[in-house]
Amino acid sequence: MSSQAAPAPASAGATAHPEYAVELEGVTFAYDRRPVLTGITMAVPRGSVVGIMGGSGCGKTTILRLIGGELQPNSGRVLVAGQSVPDLDRHELYLMRRKLGMLFQFGALFTDMSVYENVAFTMREHTDLTEELIRDLVLMKLHAVGLRGAARLMPSELSGGMARRVALARAIALDPMLVMYDEPFAGLDPISLGIVGQLIRRSSDALGITSLVVTHDIYESLKIVDYLYFVSAGKIIAQGTPDEVRASKDAFVRQFVDGAPDGPVPFHYPAAPYRSELLSRA
Amino acid sequence: MNLNRSALDLWVGVFVALGIGAILFLALKVGNLIDFASAPGYRLEARFDNIGGLKARAPVKAAGVVVGRVESIKLDSATYQAVVTLRIEPGYQFTKDTIASILTSGLLGDVYIGLDPGGDSQMLADGGTVSKTQSGIVLEKLIGQFLFDKAAQGGAPK
Amino acid sequence: MLSAVGSGLVSVLRRIGSRTLIIIAWLGYVTRFAVAVVQQSPAALSRLSLTLREIYFSGVLSLVIILVSGLFVGMVLALQGYDVLQRYGAAESLGVLVALSLVRELGPVVSGLLFASRAGSAITAEIGLMKATEQLSAMEMMAVDPLARVVAPRFWGGIISMPLLAALFSTLGIFGAYLVGVKLIGIDAGAFWSNMQAGVDFRYDIVNGIIKSIVFGVAVSMLAVFEGYDAKPTAEGVSTATTRTVVESSLAILGLDFVLTVFMFRGVG
Repeated sequence: MSSQAAPAPASAGATAHPEYAVELEGVTFAYDRRPVLTGITMAVPRGSVVGIMGGSGCGKTTILRLIGGELQPNSGRVLVAGQSVPDLDRHELYLMRRKLGMLFQFGALFTDMSVYENVAFTMREHTDLTEELIRDLVLMKLHAVGLRGAARLMPSELSGGMARRVALARAIALDPMLVMYDEPFAGLDPISLGIVGQLIRRSSDALGITSLVVTHDIYESLKIVDYLYFVSAGKIIAQGTPDEVRASKDAFVRQFVDGAPDGPVPFHYPAAPYRSELLSRA
Repeated sequence: MNLNRSALDLWVGVFVALGIGAILFLALKVGNLIDFASAPGYRLEARFDNIGGLKARAPVKAAGVVVGRVESIKLDSATYQAVVTLRIEPGYQFTKDTIASILTSGLLGDVYIGLDPGGDSQMLADGGTVSKTQSGIVLEKLIGQFLFDKAAQGGAPK
Repeated sequence: MLSAVGSGLVSVLRRIGSRTLIIIAWLGYVTRFAVAVVQQSPAALSRLSLTLREIYFSGVLSLVIILVSGLFVGMVLALQGYDVLQRYGAAESLGVLVALSLVRELGPVVSGLLFASRAGSAITAEIGLMKATEQLSAMEMMAVDPLARVVAPRFWGGIISMPLLAALFSTLGIFGAYLVGVKLIGIDAGAFWSNMQAGVDFRYDIVNGIIKSIVFGVAVSMLAVFEGYDAKPTAEGVSTATTRTVVESSLAILGLDFVLTVFMFRGVG
């Protein structure tokens, strides 16, 4: 369905490996001179589910935005299916984005359209399908997330979990090669958590979609991912399969997995020594 | 806010129709579009020493009836006379010895051109010139004349 | 002491300088945005349904306030105008007075101000809210340009609505003046309308008024979509943006009105 864009430009003696959906090499990014990411290197094999974990504000979402071409890295390479994203012009970028799907943190459904219209959006914009075909496809996608009966509802009438699922249906509407999930588990009840996790895993297995999940929910991620990257203060400080992660002796990974309040990520915000601050007359 | 497509189209259509209707209303009933657009008729020229407060588009009246409009006012730099072009509606003919005077309707009223036809058998044609004219009254000159006369009267006897 | 004054002066100058640079950079940013919107316009206009929808939301939904305001403004003009004119025996010129005031000035300006506060702020809020809930980013990631799909239709919807609203405002105003002047006060209807027709010129007054309302429409619509697009993606950011739209649009209308009036209505008569 999604047409292949022109073959990757001969940019940078491509060491691009076609078996990887996404590759980042030595990527740095700074926002207004404040460094956000330093030397990020990761490779996401096609058809796998990869998680990016870290505390809030450590740059996880920035990675997604670099992959989607919303931001340009200061240095390093960002490759999607072998194509260097920062080198694409506007038209090529839009062509590449048709191969992507993205699930935003709270769904980001278009509030002035119904659920049906939301899922049909990309089909209407990018294809010439007839209305009957679109209808069949939309109902199929909604059925896959269990919300076929909600097709006529408006986004304002949906619960958080339902909105998230509709957004997922919308993200996979054109059977993309890669789907990126930005905090898909945030703020959901336990049942919805399970549902979303299962949907991510199953869409990957059934449709061969590569899934990149950015989250800080360690419990849910360990259940569904093939590989995990840990990001802290803009650097990758640990990585591994779920088993490796659970068995890891790395202090940061342990703090994360165990949910310990203090460790490599300190509990206290940097401040003057407690005793001297209490005793001073500031 | 899922608005029915046909209801939306209807309302937008009504809105645009009303708006264009308003513009037409303003143009025709409030402004003088028709006057301006349908300006048939023929032109006459008249020269005045002073046009007073005459403006373009002022009415041209004969016996109080509007028979046309002032089209343009220019100054002849050779004779320093005002050259006024009148557009007269078709169907009205004026004799060659018609007098064109600049009059005021009421004390503070609008200035217009009054046409007084004479007895000549020949009529003015398109492009013709009204040779007999009476300039407009300039109030200051009138007052000045009045005072001068008064002063002259007062000075003579005694 | 002199050095203190000197350094104080320098810091003031530096602040003025950086402020000016910020304003100039902002102008450049707005211009680039405006150019981008215009570039995306053909795509938006060919999807007529989107633009029609926006004409509904900014034009049709503003009808009530415009019509009612126009009526009242016309009626008040007639009352006040009569009060002054009848002192000079020129009550029959009431029609001309009201018509010219409305068509040349009050129609475009007041309807522009009302449009800015009703429709302009709504547009800003809509776009700002879409930005805050990441709908614009989602659209971008789905390879649909939000400028073409969200911004440009609202821009053109505003431009098309404005002159129509201004004309309706003036029309209702004249009607209101008629009600007060002829029906209530008792001025001769014939004199009312004929003096008006004689005094109002299509090209000079009405067309100029329409040109003004189109210019105001462009200014208000561009400011409204820009502030929405540029808003900080928080609830506070959106509310700040809507306020800015109304304030900036009002200032722009009044300033442009002055400039346009100087150029259009020189050497009246």
